[in-house]
Amino acid sequence: MDISATLNPTGLVIRVNEARIDAAVAIEFKEAVRAAVDAPGNPIILDLSKVTFLDSSGLGAVVAVLKLLGPERPLQLAGLTPSVAKVFRLTRMDSIFTIHETVPGALKAAG
Amino acid sequence: MVAQGSPAMTDREQAGAAGPIRRRFTSGDKATRETLVHVTEALAAAGLSEDDVANAELILAEAMNNIVEHAYAGTEGPVDLTVTIGRDGLDCMLRDQGREAPIGYPPDPPLPEMEPPLELPEGGFGWHIIRCLTTDLRYRREGAWNVLSCRVPFSGLD
Repeated sequence: MDISATLNPTGLVIRVNEARIDAAVAIEFKEAVRAAVDAPGNPIILDLSKVTFLDSSGLGAVVAVLKLLGPERPLQLAGLTPSVAKVFRLTRMDSIFTIHETVPGALKAAG
Repeated sequence: MVAQGSPAMTDREQAGAAGPIRRRFTSGDKATRETLVHVTEALAAAGLSEDDVANAELILAEAMNNIVEHAYAGTEGPVDLTVTIGRDGLDCMLRDQGREAPIGYPPDPPLPEMEPPLELPEGGFGWHIIRCLTTDLRYRREGAWNVLSCRVPFSGLD
């Protein structure tokens, strides 16, 4: 699972450099993000702009990260592609997460 | 040059006339992924919109994840997938030789309760997603086979 973390003055950006978060990699994804959030920085912005496919296993892993981080370290999402946004919408998870169109927008909103 | 008197067929009609997309594979998360890549490439080549291809990919992914997780549940076995391109939608059929599904299948569960921030569900979304994007969802047992079929209507968005 290829992810990269970049600390900005107004947040920690975690970019997923993979096209798919599915049942084959959901656990790996959760572990990789868990390791990446050891770095300081708030809020944590998960950049999903490279992800073109997310199934309910992938969604469950994103929710697991949100719960793992707890209220002290809010997890926000940015750059959802249309098919990923649809999964959040159909499951109403779009009402749970703060979702930004872009990473710069998310960082600006947090600043 | 199009022959006079026979209207030109669209890419989609030609693909539909060419016959269904069929795959047989051994169940597993990696095989699910490979199958989805193959099927989505074929559907895109047939001229389906990005939105329709994405819907089909998501539904088939959820249904195949269920086969891996519940029907075969830790074992492996054959899976047959057939996708037929119709005029208004896709007819999909998945067969497996896993455990027979319980009565009341396919389920129609409500979305899991969401009580943020710590009581959020991490699963239980699959059938909800499938139901949202399909019609005519049916399950039957045929001898040793589970057979799940559904129709994925085209969204009309290009």
